[in-house]
Amino acid sequence: MFQEIIIPIIYLLSAVFFILGLKQLSHPRTAFKGNTTAAIGMLMAIIGTVIKTEIVSYDLIIIGLIVGGAVGVVFAKRVEMTSMPQLVALFNGFGGLSSLLVATAEVYKGSLPATFTLSTISLSILIGSITFSGSLVAFAKLQGLMRGSPLAFKGTQIFNGLLILAVIVMTVFSILNPDQLFDYFLWIIIFSLVIGYYFVVPIGGADMPVVIALLNSFSGLAAAATGFVIQNDALIISGALVGASGIILTNIMCKGMNRTIWNVLFVGIKVSTSTAEGVQKTAKSYEPEDTVVIFENAKQVIIVPGYGMAVAQAQHMCHELEKILEEKSVTVKYAIHPVAGRMPGHMNVLLAEANVAYDKLYDLDQINPEFEQTDVALVIGANDVVNPAARHDKSSPIYGMPILDVDKSQTVFVLKRSMNFGYAGIDNELFYKDNTIMIFGDAKDTVSRLVAELK
Amino acid sequence: MSAQLLVEVYVFVLAIFVGFEVITKVPPTLHTPLMSGSNAISGITVVGALLATGSGYGELSTYLGLAAIIFAMINIVGGFMVTQRMLKMFKK
Repeated sequence: MFQEIIIPIIYLLSAVFFILGLKQLSHPRTAFKGNTTAAIGMLMAIIGTVIKTEIVSYDLIIIGLIVGGAVGVVFAKRVEMTSMPQLVALFNGFGGLSSLLVATAEVYKGSLPATFTLSTISLSILIGSITFSGSLVAFAKLQGLMRGSPLAFKGTQIFNGLLILAVIVMTVFSILNPDQLFDYFLWIIIFSLVIGYYFVVPIGGADMPVVIALLNSFSGLAAAATGFVIQNDALIISGALVGASGIILTNIMCKGMNRTIWNVLFVGIKVSTSTAEGVQKTAKSYEPEDTVVIFENAKQVIIVPGYGMAVAQAQHMCHELEKILEEKSVTVKYAIHPVAGRMPGHMNVLLAEANVAYDKLYDLDQINPEFEQTDVALVIGANDVVNPAARHDKSSPIYGMPILDVDKSQTVFVLKRSMNFGYAGIDNELFYKDNTIMIFGDAKDTVSRLVAELK
Repeated sequence: MSAQLLVEVYVFVLAIFVGFEVITKVPPTLHTPLMSGSNAISGITVVGALLATGSGYGELSTYLGLAAIIFAMINIVGGFMVTQRMLKMFKK
């Protein structure tokens, strides 16, 4: 009686807490509370499970909870804010792995699972494995352990399609020949892991925001699939919520690049190798010290951060620059492109770490009309998201992508390491404009020299 | 298809809609914390992991369950704590 009524009610309450938590998480004022709400929901789900009569031994459970919890604490405390994309990728992967393991445990638990259960187990293993191995590839790319640029052989998609087919065939075989169940499922796991690997490998670094958001969604769907396997509503509801949240973020990221999810995942950006441009173009370049007068006479400066700012860890120096300019009564704003960086909201987190007030951060739509009245646009390690070719050059691979109109401001300073191309492998016509001045070097170093000179 | 399964499909579909309704229009500032927070929620598989470990199935299932508990807990504890760390910065 107690077991049959109270425990489902605990699960229901935990789902309600997750929903409330997510709702609060999506508003700046209530986000902090939302995180706590969701954590309480999770605690309830765990308590509701360990008091079930099905659970007969607690030794391993206690070990698992303590070890996992302790490792989680270490990860959360140690990680640098600049490494947040890697951490989220890794955690997505762990979520997938855990679903994969639970579904596999269900295969090997002794009694033969029912026909329908076998197909849900197979689905759960498939999604869990793709999430796991795909996230590990994303992690390796972000951490620089694997080349960030797209790697693929011809026919990757066909190969993956065939593997998915093989998973389906193996599932049917396992239903027809239950005595070889274990062998078939071993193959299902291997195939699924390979699918996840080849799913993410062809996708390049700058498309990582989409991939991470999508894998986030998958980690939820894997949990939901596991919920169908063990017939548990708490897993189904929570998994569905996370799945939906990830899909919303994926969609926002795709819109930020004016590409469809299909294009990002299966087509990729056409890297143009033709450098045979008719005219030899030249870009002007200054030393940081040469620019001081322009900054001092400016009324409004807009800082445009990109992945390069994260790499150089220049966010704290940006805040210093902002403070010193404001002392000289220059208005400073930050323009954040939706896909700047390597994960959704990457720039926002870094700037928040550097104590930049979030009301100084502006979205694409809010800030674009302002560039015309802006004296200085300071582009720090951003490239494709400020390329004016996206507005007018139909032959450009990034044509149609919404960009920050920095070229419309009086002067544009572009902080860059070298003249190397951006991720899209295309030259940026912004660099050759009359009002653009390049400042080469490490972004952090450049900004600090600027700050020193302005003092 | 059993009646139980049908109810589960109902629950899943409705929960997807709830998810969409709750999370639409999240401001870009919160994209990262929302992601790490929702990621922690996907650690809910710990429920399945606890059952697999503690229900006295075969040895293999028990240890698979134990590994699942560990990874799910890293996800949960790490996810909620790192989200809290980020949101503290936004509070300032």
